[in-house]
Amino acid sequence: MTRSAIVTLLVLVAGLFLAESSMYTVAENEQVIVTEFGKIVGDKVTTPGLHWKAPFVQDTHSLDKRWLEWDGARNQIPTRDKKYIWIDTFARWRIADPIKFFKRLHDERSAQSRLDDIIDGEIRNVIASHDLIEVVRSSDRKFERGSEGDDSQADEAVFTPELGREKLAALVLAKAAQVMPEYGVELEDIKLRRVSYVDSVQQKVFERMISERKRIAERYRSEGQGKRAGIEGKVERELLRVRSEAYEKAEEIRGKADAEAAKIYADAYNRDPELYSFLKTLETYKAIMNDHTDVVLSTDAPLLKYLRADK
Amino acid sequence: MPGRPLRPVGGGGNDDGGDGFGDLGGRVLRFLGSQFLVVLVVLAAAVASLTSYYQVEPEQVALVTRFGKYLGEPVQPGPHFKLPFGIDTVIKVPVQRQLKEEFGFRTTQPGVRSEYEQSDDTRSESRMLTGDLNVADVEWIVQYKIKDPYQYVFRIRDVRGTLRDVSEAVMRKVVGDHSVTEVLTVGREQIQVLAKNELQKLCDRYKMGIEVLQLVLQDVNPPEAVRDSFNEVNQAIQERERSINQAWAHYNSVIPEAQGKAEQQIQGAEGYATERVNNARGDVQRFIAMQTEYEKAPVVTRSRLYLETIAKVLPQAHRRVFIDDKIKGVLPLFTMQEGGKP
Repeated sequence: MTRSAIVTLLVLVAGLFLAESSMYTVAENEQVIVTEFGKIVGDKVTTPGLHWKAPFVQDTHSLDKRWLEWDGARNQIPTRDKKYIWIDTFARWRIADPIKFFKRLHDERSAQSRLDDIIDGEIRNVIASHDLIEVVRSSDRKFERGSEGDDSQADEAVFTPELGREKLAALVLAKAAQVMPEYGVELEDIKLRRVSYVDSVQQKVFERMISERKRIAERYRSEGQGKRAGIEGKVERELLRVRSEAYEKAEEIRGKADAEAAKIYADAYNRDPELYSFLKTLETYKAIMNDHTDVVLSTDAPLLKYLRADK
Repeated sequence: MPGRPLRPVGGGGNDDGGDGFGDLGGRVLRFLGSQFLVVLVVLAAAVASLTSYYQVEPEQVALVTRFGKYLGEPVQPGPHFKLPFGIDTVIKVPVQRQLKEEFGFRTTQPGVRSEYEQSDDTRSESRMLTGDLNVADVEWIVQYKIKDPYQYVFRIRDVRGTLRDVSEAVMRKVVGDHSVTEVLTVGREQIQVLAKNELQKLCDRYKMGIEVLQLVLQDVNPPEAVRDSFNEVNQAIQERERSINQAWAHYNSVIPEAQGKAEQQIQGAEGYATERVNNARGDVQRFIAMQTEYEKAPVVTRSRLYLETIAKVLPQAHRRVFIDDKIKGVLPLFTMQEGGKP
């Protein structure tokens, strides 16, 4: 009983061991190549599931089938217009031909360092042969002037990039992708993640930004003064208009009244001009005589005609 | 008692804890040998039951692979069974959960009053060049969920890292097409929309299985070193508004007053006109009345009016001097009496 149990156990273990070394699984995200004494045998295995191989003599090497990351180191590169910038890129790639990949690079780590060499070089070439603005802009979009009426970017507002950020990245991708097939690698995408000024340049840019803002601020202030002067001018104009219009109207009213009065007087007094003149003269006497008046009358005056005895 | 529940089963009720190790080992082996198949089956059953049950939480779905091959449909929430011994593998994916990535800052303590943290790392995430070659610090968040768990798991490695890389690239591209003024003020809305659309497009192209729910700009500032000058611009704008308002205030205080005075002037003229005409009419009526009577007896009336006037006027005069033509040399008299009263 005991002996048969041990035998059963041994057979079972041996069976499991044999099975383990003659079966392998391929996961959904894997591709596998099989080697025999280090030499690749058969084609790549990409169908997921359970697979068979010759036990003991064959080994399997699993490679990822997914898009894989590549994160570039930050590079200091001068642009064509001699501005020093940091460029930070990333890429996504996949193992398109695992057999070539396995032969040439063996594993991902060496693939990463090969990608470093190739992509960094191409980025350096492309960036160094274009102006900074090409690396920043990607379209000829016109800037809105903003509610502030900011015209500080008048020059750049109408800029039309020759290529622009996206196309520069595409250029790097196209160049780098050319050499990839021999490594069994396919580059899916390269993008510029970050572009920033190196510190010394950034300092200069800050100074420029400050002076630019000061200029804009100054313009707002003088614009305020100008508008104020304009309104004050309006006050003056309005004042003169209101006053003169009032004068015109008042004089017109007075004049009309004077004219009407004159007509009324004339109409009536024309009925007997002599009487009018007589009455008015009497009234005038009243008006012109007061206690400062010396009246010197000749005795020939009609008033005194009865004073003279000879009459 | 609860410390050794297996003893009665394994040891068949023997309690010989005081025996030596070798003796015990021998017994166990002997027992195992005699009951070998039974033990094997029991063990296998135990392991199988432990490794075949799994539960999918309400926010998740599960992807099951058998020998590495994906079985098709994702498994919905609830209790489930799978093949044991690692034949089936379960990958749980939180498809219902809203996930978030932060750029330019990190929330260290979420809550009613969240706490944030910034470092050199986050600053290099947020610092970017604007289209007019100025610099701005742009912070934003991306909210997303997993819309295709198969792609999320099997098509691309490190989805989260890829999403971060792509977001940064997209945001810089969009900001690179806007001026610093637009980025800081009027362009925010547009930048959000453009960046979100572009990001979704790239997520689809990369087959990340992600749906971008929202991309929201947070603090957008000029860099620390130039912030003062940007504030100065804002102050200058305020100053301009103040100047204009003051000028209008002056306008409003002066013009209505002038209008009032003009009205007064016109009303005065109207008054004058009314008075002038009325007076004229009065004078005329008096004259006409007088004339009517006068015509009835002109000579008498004329003399009466004359004498009445003289009688009223002459007594008021300072001095009255009557001169006869025949008397000469009165002038010296005037000079002598100058200043005196009669």
